[in-house]
Amino acid sequence: MSALVETQKFKMRRFTEPVVYTLLVAASVVAVLTTIGIVLSVAAESLRFFQQVSLASFLFGTDWSPSAPIPSFGFVPLITGTLLITLIAMVVAAPLGLLSAIYLAEYASPAARTTAKPLLELLAGIPTVVLGFFAALTVAPFIRAAGAQFGINVEAESALAAGLVMGMMIVPLISSLSDDVINAVPQAMRDGSYAMGATKSETIRRVVLPAALPGIVSAFILAISRAIGETMIVVMAAGLAPNLTFNPLAAVTTVTVQINAMLVGDQEFDSPKTLSAFALGLTLFVITLILNIVALRVVRRYKEQYA
Amino acid sequence: MPELARSPRTIRRYRNETIFRWLCVCAIGITAIFLVFLLANLTIKAIPALTQKTITLAIKIDPEKVDAANVAAGDFPAFLKDSISAEFPETTDKSEIKKLAKLISSSVVEDLQRKVTAQPSLIGQTISVNAPLTADADSFLKGIQATVSPTGDNSEFEEAALQTLQKQGKIQSPFAWSLLTNGDSRAPEKAGLLGAFMGSLYIILITLVLALPLGVSAALYLEEFARKNRFTDLVEVNINNLAAVPSIIFGLLGLAVFLNIFGLPRSSPLVGGLVLALLVLPTIIIASRAALRSVPPSIKEAALGVGASHQQAIFHHVLPLAMPGILTGTILGVARALGESAPLLMIGMVAFIADVPTKITDAATALPVQVYLWSSLPEAAFRSRTSVAILALLIMLLCFNALAIWLRKRFERRW
Repeated sequence: MSALVETQKFKMRRFTEPVVYTLLVAASVVAVLTTIGIVLSVAAESLRFFQQVSLASFLFGTDWSPSAPIPSFGFVPLITGTLLITLIAMVVAAPLGLLSAIYLAEYASPAARTTAKPLLELLAGIPTVVLGFFAALTVAPFIRAAGAQFGINVEAESALAAGLVMGMMIVPLISSLSDDVINAVPQAMRDGSYAMGATKSETIRRVVLPAALPGIVSAFILAISRAIGETMIVVMAAGLAPNLTFNPLAAVTTVTVQINAMLVGDQEFDSPKTLSAFALGLTLFVITLILNIVALRVVRRYKEQYA
Repeated sequence: MPELARSPRTIRRYRNETIFRWLCVCAIGITAIFLVFLLANLTIKAIPALTQKTITLAIKIDPEKVDAANVAAGDFPAFLKDSISAEFPETTDKSEIKKLAKLISSSVVEDLQRKVTAQPSLIGQTISVNAPLTADADSFLKGIQATVSPTGDNSEFEEAALQTLQKQGKIQSPFAWSLLTNGDSRAPEKAGLLGAFMGSLYIILITLVLALPLGVSAALYLEEFARKNRFTDLVEVNINNLAAVPSIIFGLLGLAVFLNIFGLPRSSPLVGGLVLALLVLPTIIIASRAALRSVPPSIKEAALGVGASHQQAIFHHVLPLAMPGILTGTILGVARALGESAPLLMIGMVAFIADVPTKITDAATALPVQVYLWSSLPEAAFRSRTSVAILALLIMLLCFNALAIWLRKRFERRW
């Protein structure tokens, strides 16, 4: 036995295996390093921004005019614009996504499922820059023309156009996540409901959906996080005007649009204008991180319930 | 029983059932209609840009106006004007000839100069050229623009001349190959997608080369080697969260770290590939772990039973069996990277770049960013070219997805 262990091959094995092991550990550290890199780099530039602009005037200021002679960096119009567009998107995507998921999980025949599912995956795979082009050049003029028919003035870049198209972007995300959780509800619960004489829709509304609720809520939270962080659709369709308004027909701007606008063209890493992009990035990162953590928590608790 | 079926309450319940079912079908239907409308709309918008109106001109390279020893100093625009006045013998006014020459794309003169420089023996000969018209003349002939002049100035003379040429059958409209063979340009009829395509190709290759080995190694470690402790918990939570971080944040990371700290070249596919590799890494890790988990433990146990070490069992037996699943996940991740534009905007890949990149450190742009760039240009001709760029992008994405589906079908194993 000891002769076997001493052969060349086994020596190699004892030498290479720790090396390979170290490499594997190193690879998984890269993911952690990326997060650290994001936090440190964005936080460092933000810190430099907050040395020039006070945190309170950033968080609670209602005027965003970074290019004015006396620049003002009020975050409030950006976040209301972002939330307005997210709200419009969710009003579109929540019913469409959830009802699609119910259809796929409960009503669709296997044949219908195999056509409908790739359709949603196709929509999910369309790059957002394409949807942005569609929103800016087809949906926005259409809404404007429709508004003019009824004597309503709609601006060329309206929150409604960006929100509607963003809603369609989110539908596949909500439907695929909800489809998974609806399928995870045990069949015995449905059978119990049918045995009591309930119709299919009654079973879905009174038994399946309440049981799947945590998963559906987390799907909605992830969708909101996705909408808040979405860039291309709003850059192309929502515009740059930092209006503090809840009117969906007016032009608004969002956090991501302004990050992009602050970094296009000349970048001076000592001016608060360029640095403000990183402060906005940090805020965006924190908001989406909180939403993601909440969503993952909800999902994890839900999984334990039916495991 | 019949009484029950006819009771108002039962009828109402059945009606509600039908309504609910219809709502569900409508939801899927609306999504499908949106998708079909989107694709049809883009295709219809793209059609005008797929062909390019050209005119066949006989251009005489006049030896009096160009010297074989100094080709660059030759008066090439004059050759074009001469051949146009030959087409319109009745037009003698110099300013009118000039107006007509402006209907021909400036690429004709550039091509002519290049040809003669490469082959000075052409001097003195007459060559036949398929000269592309400018985008404005092109749009007028296709009926998109009512006048040749986009600003609405008087251009009746040019319009009459173009219509005469069309009646004489001298105008052809072949497929616009320049869209595929040219780099970007300010003139719509000369603008092409080759530069953006090469940029995207470099970015994808870098993303693949970096993200695949890193992702698979991390997945192997987490799935097969790691003990459950604080560190692996941290990595796991971290990967799940990273997968949901907005892509624009990765662009900020690239700007602050790769450009400002490491000083890598701005707008280069190298930096773009690095950023997108980090962006798709979580996706690849999650997909690879799922693929590794689906290999039954009995395979590994059998290898261990005949004396293989833990690593040999995994690298020789588990990993090869998980490979199709890993590759499918990777291809889908790379397809996502191909369609991503927000992080590339942050690292300066939005500049106007006419040259086709030849190295990964050259300034370049990518296909989705090209879509963004063209869509913001005022010329109407660029709008239909944007649609062509979108269709090219969608076709590439479709190819990636088809490849992933084929791999899954071909190598899928049920244990």
